[in-house]
Amino acid sequence: MTTAQQRAEALYAARMTRVPIEPLTDADPGMTADDAYAVQTRFASMLLADGDSISGYKLGLTSKAMQQMMGISDPDFGPVLHSMVHDGDLDASAFIQPKVEAEIALVLDRPLKGPGVTTLAAARAVGGAVAAIEVVDSRIADWRIKLADTISDLASIGGVVMSSRIVPLDFDLRLVGMTFSLNGSVVATGAGAAALGNPLTALAWLANTLARHDVTLEEGMFVMTGSLHAAVDVGAGDAVRADFDRLGPVALRMA
Amino acid sequence: MDEQQSSSDLVEGLAARLAEAVETRTAISSLAGEREFTVDAAYDIQDAALARAVAGGETIVAAKLGLTSRAKQEQMGVSEALYGWLTDRHRLDPGQALDSGRLIQPRAEPEIALITSRDLEGPVGLHDVLAATEAVAPALDILDSRFAGYSFTLADVVADNCSAGAFVVGNPVPLGSIDLSLVGCVFEKNGELVGTAAGAAVLGHPAAAVAWFVRKLSERGKGLPAGSLILPGALTGAVPVGPGDSVVASFDRIGSVGLSVA
Repeated sequence: MTTAQQRAEALYAARMTRVPIEPLTDADPGMTADDAYAVQTRFASMLLADGDSISGYKLGLTSKAMQQMMGISDPDFGPVLHSMVHDGDLDASAFIQPKVEAEIALVLDRPLKGPGVTTLAAARAVGGAVAAIEVVDSRIADWRIKLADTISDLASIGGVVMSSRIVPLDFDLRLVGMTFSLNGSVVATGAGAAALGNPLTALAWLANTLARHDVTLEEGMFVMTGSLHAAVDVGAGDAVRADFDRLGPVALRMA
Repeated sequence: MDEQQSSSDLVEGLAARLAEAVETRTAISSLAGEREFTVDAAYDIQDAALARAVAGGETIVAAKLGLTSRAKQEQMGVSEALYGWLTDRHRLDPGQALDSGRLIQPRAEPEIALITSRDLEGPVGLHDVLAATEAVAPALDILDSRFAGYSFTLADVVADNCSAGAFVVGNPVPLGSIDLSLVGCVFEKNGELVGTAAGAAVLGHPAAAVAWFVRKLSERGKGLPAGSLILPGALTGAVPVGPGDSVVASFDRIGSVGLSVA
């Protein structure tokens, strides 16, 4: 029987060496979401022990299409560490099989802790919304992930790039439009509602779910609320840009 | 029979069959599958069918474009959009239910409608269209292909008036400084989210789609008069609708429009 610690060590090694591993669920098809969060906690602890810190959180599997594909009705989450937050220039060799997706990030002005956090309560804790791009990456070979694989693997986080413009919420985040361009061509569009119906609902779900682990979202943290479109493969030489109505642009380049 | 006569018979014959499919609400199979005809001939068939409708008392009230997303063009293996015409027969007022018994296989899709205040013709570009656009409005286009299962070629769907079925346009707002390419759209069916998008899903910008349309019209010696209403193409995929269904398209900065199906 492989322990949560051994699984975390395998993922940690894959992240360090950039050599992906076989799906954890190949060896243990019965692995549950709870089992996987236990792995995630240990994987994150190893990175924190190296001197990193938690800057925020990300939600994954927030679209109905992704949830249907995974056979679930809830999103998943993972921590975003300080070392994963970048300005616009990234090195493709730091990733295994990167993809990019545009998201709305929410920045907290006050701590937020569940249970019982409503969408309105979540809105009151938010200082503003920020245009963001997430790089997702998988330590599992060929992205052959099941739910327990991606949860264990820090919800497949690669890195994040955020605009420096924090925009107060005096508009409906559900309706905020976004066009996503790869090397100058629009490859996808979306609106805020793609993230669990409303990015604020995504934040409330996260606060309530973290409460079960006795974790509070702290003032100053950000939350990546989920992709507004299907993820797009990227590699060295690619320029990626997301233009948001009301929030402005955010861009990254892969060298 | 000379070639011109034969071509005119083809056009009138196919226009009559499409008109009959509309009247009897009976799907037919691909016309191009029987006998190949060009897209240009397809527009002749569309014109002939429309002339019949107008002779029957209908009035043209709007234009509509189709295949304005790269995804749909790739799916059809074409690199061009298409257009058709909407008459008062297709028009629903906001709040008016769609009688599904009128249609064969309706599908709904959200659009940003443009209303012009100047004539447009010739080699126009996006900015000419924006300068001529007075207002924009939330809209729902209801497709109703006369071809069974929406199985058709480009020439088929052009001949079939771009699958025109019905449409509803909500409250217009001045275009002002709205960047239509970034306007967000949320499309719901029976209260469930079925798609999100931004205006750029329509050929990069809805006004770019209208510019294409005007240039295309000028090839046939036509223009778009001031006061035209144009549905420039869907922002998301179309969803099937039937009795009891309701759909709502909500747009940032523009407002929303809904439709229920009886």
